This record gives sequence, C-alpha cells and structure tokens, in this order.
Amino acid sequence: MEDNKVIEVKGLTKMFGDFTAVSAITFDVKKGEIFGFLGANGAGKTTAMKMLIGISKPTAGEAKVAGFDVASEAEDIKKNIGYMSQKFALYDDLTVKENITFFGGIYGLTRARIKEKTNGLIEELGLQHHTDKLVGSLPLGWKQKIAFSVSLLHEPKIVFLDEPTGGVDPITRRQFWEMIYKSANKGTTIFVTTHYMDEAEYCDRVSIMVNGKIEALDTPKRLKEQFNAETMNDVFLKLARG
Amino acid sequence: MKTIGYIIQKEFKQIFRNKGMLPIIFILPLVQLVILANAATFEIKNIKFAYIDNDHSTTSRELIEKFDASTFFNVLANYSSVKQSNSAMLNGDVDVVLEIPSYFERDLLKKKHNNLGLTINAIDGATAGVESVYVNQIIQSFNKNLRIELMAAPDLLAKPINITSIPSFWYNETLNYKTFMVPGILVLLVTMITLFLSGMNIVREKEIGTLEQINVTPIKKSEFIIGKLFPFWVIGMGLLTIGLIIAKLIFDIPIVGSLALMYAYTSIYIFVVLGIGLFISNYTDTQQQAMFIAWFFMVIFILMSGLFTPIESMPQWAQIITEFNPIKYFVEVMRMVMLKGSSFNDILPQFLKTVLYALVMNALAVWSYKKTN
Repeated sequence: MEDNKVIEVKGLTKMFGDFTAVSAITFDVKKGEIFGFLGANGAGKTTAMKMLIGISKPTAGEAKVAGFDVASEAEDIKKNIGYMSQKFALYDDLTVKENITFFGGIYGLTRARIKEKTNGLIEELGLQHHTDKLVGSLPLGWKQKIAFSVSLLHEPKIVFLDEPTGGVDPITRRQFWEMIYKSANKGTTIFVTTHYMDEAEYCDRVSIMVNGKIEALDTPKRLKEQFNAETMNDVFLKLARG
Repeated sequence: MKTIGYIIQKEFKQIFRNKGMLPIIFILPLVQLVILANAATFEIKNIKFAYIDNDHSTTSRELIEKFDASTFFNVLANYSSVKQSNSAMLNGDVDVVLEIPSYFERDLLKKKHNNLGLTINAIDGATAGVESVYVNQIIQSFNKNLRIELMAAPDLLAKPINITSIPSFWYNETLNYKTFMVPGILVLLVTMITLFLSGMNIVREKEIGTLEQINVTPIKKSEFIIGKLFPFWVIGMGLLTIGLIIAKLIFDIPIVGSLALMYAYTSIYIFVVLGIGLFISNYTDTQQQAMFIAWFFMVIFILMSGLFTPIESMPQWAQIITEFNPIKYFVEVMRMVMLKGSSFNDILPQFLKTVLYALVMNALAVWSYKKTN
C-alpha cells in the first residue's frame, strides 16, 4: 500500500434487490488530487459516493478511505472526511454563524477554535454583513460556498462533493472552483461529482461511470486523446451513448 | 457530552424560530383543555321527552309533572297514539317516550303496582342507558311516595315516612365531571404534543436532507438522539405545568396529592412517548407518513385509555391490549395522585411499568436509528 493513496477501491458493488447500482468498481485516489467522478444521471455516482462516506454498506468488494475500511470502520472515516451533498444541507432556519457553530460543535471543535474558524470563514467569503442572517434567506450560490467551507471546518483529509455547483451561475461556479483549488493546494483531497463537462477539465483525473461501471479513468488530456475528442463533452457523449 | 449541548441549542433555536409551530405547541393545547373539559361530559341534559297519557288521571298528571320539574328532561309533547310517537322518534323529534296505560291510577290503587311503557332511542347506547336510569329514578321516587301515601291514608295519625338513600361519593364529592376529565385531558395534551413533535422531528431532517449531513459526521447515535429528545422533554414538562395551573385556576380542580410525585412520574412518562415518536420517525420517510402513524397510535391509545370508557367493561382481549397503552397508566396515575392523593407506593405498579416501557422504547429508537444503511 502506497502512502499517498487516500482512497483505494477494489471491486466495490452495491445491489438493491436484483438491480446492480454499482458494479465492481476499482480505482485509487491520491493525496491532494482533484478527482472528478462523472457519469450520467442514474449511472451510480451518488450510490458509490455514499458507500465511500460510510452511510451505505457495500454489497461486495472493499474500499479504504483515509486508511479505514468502509464496511467496518465507517465512523473512523467520518472523522477524516468532509461531505457536501447534492441536496443543500445547512439548516435554513439557523443563521450563518449558528450553522458554523453547530457543525463545528458536532465535529468536536473547541469553542475557541470554532470562533476562530467562524471569523476566518466569514472574512474569506466576504459575509461580514450577513453573519446573523438566516441561511434560508441567502442566494443559492452563497449557500453552496458556505456549505463547502463548513465541510472543511474540521480540516478533513478528503472532501466529497456531490454535484456542488448544480443550479448556480457561471461566475459563482468559477469562484467555487477557485475555492476547490485553494484547499487542494493545502493538501486536501477533493472527490467531486459533476454534470458540467467544463468542470471535468479542471480535475486532475476523471472517471466516467456508465451503468454502474467505470468505463474510463485518466487525466482529461489523455482521455481526449484516447477517444479522439476535442472536449470532455465529446468524450462523455461517446462513452455514454455506448 | 459537549456535542449534546450543541444539538440541544440548535433544536431550541429551531423550535422557537418556527412561528407556525409555537402557537400549535403552546396555545392550542390550552384552548383544547378549556374547551374539552367543558364539552366532554357524560351528564345528559335536555333529554327530548314525550308521553302518551291513556289514563288522564291526577296520578298520571303528577307523574308527568315530576318529569317536567326535572332539569334533565324537556317535556316536549303529549301524543295520543303510539303511532304518532313512533313517527316522532323516527324523525328524531323525541328520544324518550313514556306510555301511561289506561286505568293506571285505578290499577295502582288496587294492585299496588303497575307497568309503564318506556321507549328510548338507543342509537347511542351509552346515552340510552343513562336516560333509562334517569327515567327509572324519577318513577321510583314517584312510586315510593305514592305507596307511602297509600299506606298512610287509613291511619291519619301516622306521619308519612320518606325513605331517602344518601349515596356517598368519594374523592369527587360533587360528582363534577370536570374534576374527573381535566386530569385526563391534560394527559392527552402532553402526550399528543410530545408524540407529534418527536415523531415529525427526525423525519423532517430526512426530508430536507440535513440528516444525511449529520450521518456523515462522527456524532454518536445516542448523543444525537438525547440531544434531539431533551428539548421536547422540556416542552412536555412545561405543558404539564401550564395545564396544572389552568386546572387549578379555571376549573378549581382539587390537587390533593403530591406535585413532586406527579412531576416525577411525568418526567419518565414523556420518555416513553418520545421513544415511540422517534421510533416512528426512524421508520418513515416523510412527515405525512409519520403524522398518520402517530395519529393511528394516538387514537387507539386515547380510546383504550380508560379516559372515556372504563377499561373494566372492555372484553378480555382488549384489556390485555390496554396493558401496552402508556396513556392508560398516565391517566390512572394523574387521577390517583391529583384526586385521591395517592402516594408513591400506590402508584408503584404503574411507575415500574412506565420505567420499563421507557427503557424498551428508547432502546428501540436508538437501535432503529441507522447512520449507515
């Protein structure tokens, strides 16, 4: 086992009755990498991710995240990862500050640390005038950025982002990716699913899932060469259409 | 422990920020208490009464006057035939018809006894039963007086002997239904609010997606559930307090027993309800489903609690089911402690069963809450 592999997946499978949602996928993710996890709707991306973050038990195969086994050491994994779901998951009826305090608190940060983190985060996002506003009253783009920052509060080794930029404008998406780069530069591994193929170009490596299987996995550049395509979009279309 | 504090803080903020829920939690139950306590009474007044007098004698008129004088009966009509009275009852115009036979006075004097015809609308069996008792009481008292007068008639020196029995009612001397109902209704309100709030709580987070976020954190299941339950426990105790104040101030219900005992019992009882609520929450996906299931249990619990109908008169199998009804124990304990002043030893059986129930339900709630599917 190489030290710089933070996610190791071997033959990971999830079945719901007769339906195989994820079919024996195998891949590794290196430390500090931005790993794009692509696939059409229903390809099994979210199911695979749920197994990796320890909220869904695999039917077969094994996976190690941050050195812990997903089947038997899920709670240890949870200490070492951050997660931002497809469904926006901060509390709408709490203020920005209260959300940060709450999630900091349940990750076991000290009061002083929470305060320090809150101030840093608010300054970074330029939310000085909005700290006491209910999250529900903020625009979606802002919420996504806050949610991302909150998932980094406890300084996890890996952050899982499930379609983090769904429904936000191009400018906010750009800003969001700047935030992703910034934390990747600090050594955080980013595992991100997306529908936007231009975002796929920003990733160090991407995998493309089709019908529960990983059909392609490489750097965007080499994938384009391999499939003789101009853009990642073309690569995706060629694969997804079969 | 610190984690629990953060959850409790968050829950309280969310509860008090929800402007729609606050009145439902605090105002509605009290309105219900005031209204239900006045409305849920087993006394029957203004019974629609009619008679057929085939005798037209002094005695028959005196008997009817007795009914007229009673506050329970409204003497509405005097029918000349059974056919008429039957159609009136079919129309719902009258509920009780008394038929006085021909030669009623003469036969009563001669034979010393006589029969009266009584027809009661028994669509509502319980009401009909009560009505029959009322009619009997009036006829009995009338008949006794009559007989005494008859016996006294030949001997002018002898004084009429009035036989009256004085029943003694314990614990609720004035037979005030409110005294009986208010503790019970208070129980229902505490139960209903805590059950619905806890039942909808976790499922609500499931719906908005925040539960998934919580499940990805290293939080312990027991910490999460304790943090979730505690605010509702506080609300339940608060409701009990407000309810008791209203019972005392508005209804002047005697609180004979120890308040401390009532609070001690309620504090454990609420855990039973919260455990049931969380259990429901864990097995449902939407607040709607949770509401329906909570209602299902609530209705069974209420009807089988002994609050409205005595458990002793239920069939054997139903009585066994009531053993699993937490509301039954709470109603018993509240009535015993509030009205009789029962001590801890008196309520020990209920107390122990409730403790056991609370342990089982909360163990089930923690067990059925799964961070990993």
